[in-house]
Amino acid sequence: MSTTAEPPAETEEERVSYFRSGTSLRSWLLTTDHKRIAILYLLSITFFFFVGGLAAALVRADLMTPAPDLMTNEGYNRAFSLHGIIMVWFFLIPSIPNTFGNFLIPLMIGARDVAFPRLNLLSWYIYMAGGLFALATLVLGGVDTGWTFYTPLSSMYANGSVVLVATAVFVTGFSSILTGLNFIVTIHKLRCPGMTWGRLPLFIWSHYATSIILVLATPVLAITLALIAAERLFGLGVFNPALGGDPLLFQHLFWFYSHPAVYIMVLPALGVISELVAASARKPVFGYEFVAGSSIAIAVIGFLVWGHHMFVSGQSVYASAIFSFLSLVVAVPSGIKVYNWTATLWKGHIALDPPFLFAMGFIGLFVVGGLTGLVLTMLAVDVHVHDTYFVVAHFHYIMVGGTVSAFFGALHFWWPKITGRLYPLAWGRVAALLIFIGFNLTFFPQFLLGYMGMPRRYHVYPPEFQVLNVLSSSGAGVLGAAYLLPFVYLLWSLRNGAPAGPNPWGATGLEWTVASPPPEHNFAEIPEVTRPPYDYEIERHDA
Amino acid sequence: MSWLWPVDASAYADHVDLLLGGFTVLIVALSAPVFILMAVFAVKYRRGRVADRRHPVDNSVGLETSWALIPFILLLGFYVWATWLFVDLHRTPADALEIDVVAKQWMWKFQHPGGQREINTLHVPVGTPVTLRMASQDVIHSLFIPALRIKQDVVPGRYTTLSFTADRPGTWHLACAEFCGVDHSVMGGSFVTMTPDDYAAWLRTADTDATLAEAGAALFRSHGCSGCHGPSATVHAPPLEGLYGRPVPLEGGEVVTADAQYIRDSILLPRSQIAAGYPPIMPTFANQLGEEDVLRLVAYIQSLADARPEDRP
Ligand code: HEC
Ligand code: HEM
Ligand SMILES: [Cu+2]
Ligand SMILES: [Cu+2]
Repeated sequence: MSTTAEPPAETEEERVSYFRSGTSLRSWLLTTDHKRIAILYLLSITFFFFVGGLAAALVRADLMTPAPDLMTNEGYNRAFSLHGIIMVWFFLIPSIPNTFGNFLIPLMIGARDVAFPRLNLLSWYIYMAGGLFALATLVLGGVDTGWTFYTPLSSMYANGSVVLVATAVFVTGFSSILTGLNFIVTIHKLRCPGMTWGRLPLFIWSHYATSIILVLATPVLAITLALIAAERLFGLGVFNPALGGDPLLFQHLFWFYSHPAVYIMVLPALGVISELVAASARKPVFGYEFVAGSSIAIAVIGFLVWGHHMFVSGQSVYASAIFSFLSLVVAVPSGIKVYNWTATLWKGHIALDPPFLFAMGFIGLFVVGGLTGLVLTMLAVDVHVHDTYFVVAHFHYIMVGGTVSAFFGALHFWWPKITGRLYPLAWGRVAALLIFIGFNLTFFPQFLLGYMGMPRRYHVYPPEFQVLNVLSSSGAGVLGAAYLLPFVYLLWSLRNGAPAGPNPWGATGLEWTVASPPPEHNFAEIPEVTRPPYDYEIERHDA
Repeated sequence: MSWLWPVDASAYADHVDLLLGGFTVLIVALSAPVFILMAVFAVKYRRGRVADRRHPVDNSVGLETSWALIPFILLLGFYVWATWLFVDLHRTPADALEIDVVAKQWMWKFQHPGGQREINTLHVPVGTPVTLRMASQDVIHSLFIPALRIKQDVVPGRYTTLSFTADRPGTWHLACAEFCGVDHSVMGGSFVTMTPDDYAAWLRTADTDATLAEAGAALFRSHGCSGCHGPSATVHAPPLEGLYGRPVPLEGGEVVTADAQYIRDSILLPRSQIAAGYPPIMPTFANQLGEEDVLRLVAYIQSLADARPEDRP
């Protein structure tokens, strides 16, 4: 396989594409090209998405009936813990930033690569090392702490490989920190001439905000996990009251990281949607400054609301009242984005192609997730629905309905850029629709279940909850199938799709000015930007 | 539609339902423009379709401020309502019937003031304010009574309380809402609300040899507390009569109130707070007494709240 004849049909542009700049495994594993590293991430997070999805399938199958069927109580607890841990740290957090962020940030700002290409590769290796620890945990029987690791359950009582899985999350954390650092420096230092802050695509703004959180919040998680390990291994009394510790301290530390972390999961998605909406409507994003500024506002205020996870923990009533208020404040910038996207569509030229359909699906589900978040912020209501399926439904609307839809939207929008191939649009529309329907069927009943009083993390439940659980599990079947569909036609398009050309959607943005797939160092000559972002031709004046 | 909406057993629960109902109307109103306009625009301004697209605007400070501020102000109204209800929930009524709760993997234990004990089932009278004083023997649990729309975490190392007044007699669910290990999902049972007469009758049939305070008094003697704190003690230890609910000056100069938590900590973590003027010689009882016993001792010391050291036998 060493010397192959040059394929005769290739154009000059395709021959130097990043895809063909080397074919050996070595050329992939030692690459410092941000685009190749993005592909490495894409393959690895897809793998973990399936592992986490399999665990969810087990959970949903068992919940078809009130009694335990497939698993023991212990087995069930391990299944949902694995599901949460894998999905959060090995799929969602790296999903959009590490694949699309890596691939697009240098292209969008007119740079040849990220600021520290080798560090970028190191991030991937660290992520994979963490992933191996997670898989080792799985092989050794897993953990039953939930993804939240509440103490003293996790630090003293749980059996299972708690320290191993904490190590897995600890290690991948460094990958997040390095990636965040790399993006921040890249965005500051490598913008091409004329690419001022006010001309940055909104995708860049939201990745900038995400990177700030990655760098500031992740170390807190690392410390917290290290303390759990220390208490478990050496009996250091930090969280266990029997050793003089405080179990609520853990919750404060954990949510101080994890609330910002939910924005790590959704901010990149918000950036994707701004790009998709503008390109689909062929209009500048309405209120560019407000949409950009709201990303930063979310990142900052997001650090001040962690106590809304602790309203019934015994936290003081005054603290709860303040956290409740701040949580209302953080909803405002999210609302601003949604209203601005809607206004962007006004007088646009809207194409009902897959990227647009995924974006609409995203907005619908994100709105439901966000508004039910406000329901949870209402103190007296939260006392009832905390730790019930209402919460499960809420965060899945955001993290799965929102972020995963945006991920698929991004995949359908930039696939031609990444691979140089077009996929069948009709199938893309079918997938977008099926995902939307399957998602609502799965998770809407869970709002009702939660208000009915079904606690989360329940293997065995009272029979009156069965109807809604069966609905939810059936929806999960539809959703699972819908998620598989794009893999079929996208892989098919790799061989059979028509060549995409540099700009199949007629979109603005520097990434569309280079060949598809882009050449190894992106730009033969560093471009110079002279126009505002999303500079579509619109009828500003009478014809 | 018993599979769509939860049953309710108190006026407070009705109030929470009303709050949620009102709030749902608001969030539907806030999101309706988005859903409707998105659909309308997608049809009207579909690419290739003729429509008036002249003079589009892509910036408007007025619009931005109004869609940031108007929803926020409307939300604030509900914030005040919900917070007020929440504060109300946390007010402990003075004349409440106090019932002790101890959670442990994976069961609920209840002790009534008369000494009646039950596991995984809680009987309470309707129309009477009830306060649960809750302790955990191991990990965090959460007592959840959906019919009352309330729950409260039960945290090891500290007492938490939950107050309510049930209004309708019946049998309802009681569950653990905080994930607590293997059998979390079966750590539940029944919450039985009864007329005061039925409750009194039930108390008589439930077997008990001593009230909670009497059981505490027995422990006080058998564990040697009286040897130091009793009238004939030879060591210098504070009298516990009249202690409960009073301010206690501590060694460091701080003054704390002798509530249930303070008494619990005095027994299990005596080194953490030393009463001023006394030697730190009290041993910890953490290895001898479980949370249930400690609650009995607390009940005993609480029963001495109005006694004076001089009256000791
Ligand atoms: C060896 C003697 C000794 C024994 C036995 C003992 N205590 Fe004490 N206790 C003390 C002393 C001395 C203090 C005051 C210093 C301090 O706060 O630790 C004290 C303080 C207390 C206090 C706080 C009183 C205050 O005024 O602040 C309480 C409550 C208490 N003990 C309850 C008990 C109970 C209940 C037991 C039995 C389970 C017990 N003690 C056994 C010596 C003892
Ligand atoms: C793609 C991304 C997904 C992410 C990031 C995600 C994330 C999470 C998280 C963080 C939890 C909390 C875990 C816990 O409570 O311990 C959870 C719970 C759950 N998820 Fe997902 N999820 C995803 C997809 C799915 C899908 C597709 C399904 C169903 C088909 C599903 C079904 C469930 C169920 C049933 C629970 C609750 C388990 C329980 O508490 O008993 N999830 N998910
Ligand atoms: Cu949060
Ligand atoms: Cu539990």
